[in-house]
Amino acid sequence: MTTTDLPFPGLRGVPTATAPATRKDFTSDQEVRWCPGCGDYAILAAVQGFLPELGIRRENIVFVSGIGCSSRFPYYLNTYGVHGIHGRAPAIATGLATARPDLSVWVVTGDGDGLSIGGNHLLHALRRNVNLKILLFNNRIYGLTKGQYSPTSEVGKVTKSTPLGSLDTPFNPVSLALGAEASFVARTIDSDRAHLTSVLRAAVTHRGAALVEIYQNCNIYNDGAFDLLKDKDTRDEAVIRLEHGQPIRFGRDGELGVVRDPATGSLRIARVDEVGADAVLVHDAHAADPTTAFALSRLADPQTLRHSPIGIFRLVERPAYDDLARDQLDAARAADGPGDLAELLRGTDTWVVGDEA
Amino acid sequence: MTKQVLQVDRVIIRFAGDSGDGMQLAGDRFTQETAAFGNDLSTLPNFPAEIRAPAGTLPGVSSFQIHFADHDILTPGDAPDVLIAMNPAALKANLPELPRGGTIIVDSDEFTPRNLARVGYTSNPLEDGSLDGYQLHSLPLTTRTTEAIKAALGDKLGGLSRKEATRAKNMYALGLVSWLYNRPTETTLSFIRSKFARNPAVRDANIAAFQAGWNYGETAEAFAVSYQVRPAQMKAGRYRNISGNLALAYGLIAGAQRAGLKLFLGSYPITPASDVLHELSKHKRFGVITFQAEDEIAGVGAALGASFGGALGVTTTSGPGLSLKTETIGLAVALELPLVVCDIQRAGPSTGMPTKAEQADLLQAMFGRNGEAPVPVVAPASPSDCFDTAIEAIRIAVTYRTPVILLSDGYLANGSEPWRIPDIAELPTIDPNFATEPNHETESGERVFWPYKRDPETLARPWAIPGTPGLEHRIGGLEKGDGHGNISYDPANHDLMVRTRQAKVDAIARSIPPLEVDDPTNDARVLVLGWGSTYGPIGAACRTLRQLGIPVAQAHLRHLNPFPPDLGEVLRRYERVLVPEMNLGQLAMLLRARYLVDVVSYNRVRGLPFTAAELVDAITEVVGSLDDDATAGRVDPSRNGHADRSGSGQRMARTRGEDPTTP
Repeated sequence: MTTTDLPFPGLRGVPTATAPATRKDFTSDQEVRWCPGCGDYAILAAVQGFLPELGIRRENIVFVSGIGCSSRFPYYLNTYGVHGIHGRAPAIATGLATARPDLSVWVVTGDGDGLSIGGNHLLHALRRNVNLKILLFNNRIYGLTKGQYSPTSEVGKVTKSTPLGSLDTPFNPVSLALGAEASFVARTIDSDRAHLTSVLRAAVTHRGAALVEIYQNCNIYNDGAFDLLKDKDTRDEAVIRLEHGQPIRFGRDGELGVVRDPATGSLRIARVDEVGADAVLVHDAHAADPTTAFALSRLADPQTLRHSPIGIFRLVERPAYDDLARDQLDAARAADGPGDLAELLRGTDTWVVGDEA
Repeated sequence: MTKQVLQVDRVIIRFAGDSGDGMQLAGDRFTQETAAFGNDLSTLPNFPAEIRAPAGTLPGVSSFQIHFADHDILTPGDAPDVLIAMNPAALKANLPELPRGGTIIVDSDEFTPRNLARVGYTSNPLEDGSLDGYQLHSLPLTTRTTEAIKAALGDKLGGLSRKEATRAKNMYALGLVSWLYNRPTETTLSFIRSKFARNPAVRDANIAAFQAGWNYGETAEAFAVSYQVRPAQMKAGRYRNISGNLALAYGLIAGAQRAGLKLFLGSYPITPASDVLHELSKHKRFGVITFQAEDEIAGVGAALGASFGGALGVTTTSGPGLSLKTETIGLAVALELPLVVCDIQRAGPSTGMPTKAEQADLLQAMFGRNGEAPVPVVAPASPSDCFDTAIEAIRIAVTYRTPVILLSDGYLANGSEPWRIPDIAELPTIDPNFATEPNHETESGERVFWPYKRDPETLARPWAIPGTPGLEHRIGGLEKGDGHGNISYDPANHDLMVRTRQAKVDAIARSIPPLEVDDPTNDARVLVLGWGSTYGPIGAACRTLRQLGIPVAQAHLRHLNPFPPDLGEVLRRYERVLVPEMNLGQLAMLLRARYLVDVVSYNRVRGLPFTAAELVDAITEVVGSLDDDATAGRVDPSRNGHADRSGSGQRMARTRGEDPTTP
């Protein structure tokens, strides 16, 4: 059986398809039941459109999800899928990916599923660097339970459960992932199909855990949460596009840039004509030290998301947990041969009564 | 001088000391010597949860009891014949259980005013006459150990500090007791040589201490007699000694291999289950993957994910961990995938007493999930039975595509007994029977895969694993339509699916053998029914009563859900059914609910196994109640069962437990 190698090291060990596939091959027969206008439709279309590009067998792809609107995702893909329980998808996927090197395993989660009830599992999947592609749909609200604030909602958010405004400080999922030792951290937006697809491509290429935060609009309970980043009048100034090796400039005419404050070492936004083009930080996603990636993640205003960087914050090579776990089995067998059950049961301290059968 | 050797048929020895004194190791080595000699044996370690409780205090006492005999025995014994107490705390904690006339060996060096005061002795029991009723051997074990090492390694103790040297005193004590019972010494000497191979000074110090202890027994006048316990008559075969957790780990490896499945353990450390994780982590050559998860939930979640991928997912835990895994076990019920959940029960509720045994998770295993979520439950009866029960759990999980809960406990986990090593070919084979082809034809004649189209015999659904072309499907915790498995909120379908999942678990009973009832004279009126680790003490109590001419029947349940198909009939055969449990009557509740039989509960929740003696009392009381009823003309043959007498707590004259002979 042929398995893929380049251009997707992340898929090493997964058998290649015998014939080219199309979007239709990845569409299940199930009626999609998200609310009309939900950002999830755009993400589903992008993923269905992108999967054929991988050139791997459909039956070797598994989508694992938790609970929430986004976690219905696996039902709509004609691959193998597990709709799990709330927050536990990374745990289920870790077992699956470790047991099966020939699978491409994806996790679909949301801001409530992945950062609240399942926060612990997400952190540890990233820390271990399990070869999972984790799509975190962030709509800054609980949708399926009809509109309570989520761990990414802005402070003061008025919802059914917070009539006087929410009190707790939101998580920044990118900052969180970087703090959890993630080897691949990216952010994209549901409505920007080209950017979303490019980030997915990079995530699959990466071997190890890839966290992709996707800003996703809930048009029922939190409509317009990302309008500042999408509106053509504001987006150029509100979104910072990261490209590895490129100066980090944005604004309608690239008039703004990210510079390092020599006094504190932290990052700030400046007018390029004031600081000079040479002062603009050149993005290095491959930096071994995550400090600058973290500083970039802090540029976004936690309330409005103004100055949100999108793209790949961090992409470093680090051995994947599941590969290492399997390597240990291989090494043990190579050193001492496969296990002999009879020998194991016999042990070393035995005695015989009568005639040994 | 020539010393006298007395033949005895059984002995119970308890090694007790500070938790840092190496008593578990000494007990373990004595056990190996005894196993090698060919006695039947049973052991009970008992240690504090604290890794190093404050030295010299009562909570810091750790002990190891071994019962060995020239005949088949079932328990580690009620009360010791010999107590080795390495300090005043060990003496004080264990003396109440030593019968008068018993032998005490103490390290007199530790009986300092300060150590005595720490545990509340106002005078030295070695000198104040309070131990006159016992055979006391008061020896300066610490000093003698140091002297022996000096003699062997020189005045510099081979470079060891004085403190390091005195740590070998457990080996001195072991040497002495090994002499006293004529144990073979080679297993201990080779163990010391291999354990300390990299540290020759420590190795030689331990060997010197062990041999000095042996020689002291041989030469000192204090020990005029040594004892011999002849090898036991056992079924022919090759034997080893095995603990419950080790047998469980081996059973999981063997069962997975017999099913041709990769074993995946997802686990989180918890007492007293961690040893299974440790053991399985050693066996990577067998393709065993062990995943130490971030929490109990992730442990079982990863195991379930591995099962979806076609491996055998297993998780090991204890009571509090089972609580955390509850939701995932419910998911496994809905997904209908194989999953083995091993709960090594401990005393609860909450954190409870982590190192103490209890059987109080039965109802949690049965019902601890939302919705109608039936899960098969099995329980081993003895340490070595953990092996067979693990294989049985795997058989049920794989055959019926269901989570299975195996209920062991801390007493089985750490206790040990001789195990006749099975022939691999005699182990059951288990067929995962993976789906490889579409299994359904649509109205339009298209061949498709239906993930919930069931085997008509077992009601098991097909297990189609990723990588199988054409069988792509999505499953989840939402209710599924019968057959096709797509999400369904249809009321009639839900009713059908709930009943079908229950029917599938009920149908497992057809694959369970009839309940074995031990009723040698066939005239018993009382049946004692147990489950799990109470098998030993119940069996010992029944034997004692039969020797006294009181007929009593015994049966023991390995399958708790579903029950063996003939259980109801067995219960109705007896006028009274006594159910001893280390809980407040959980099996009794299930039996009453299921069979409308008014069983009599006997319950103790002290964190310790039953003694055979207390069960003799309890059974005698039930037997006596029948006689009372007969006298008063109150026997109604059409009605069996009796009011719950567990609360009466009436103690009869103490009967010594498992068979009456003492050395």
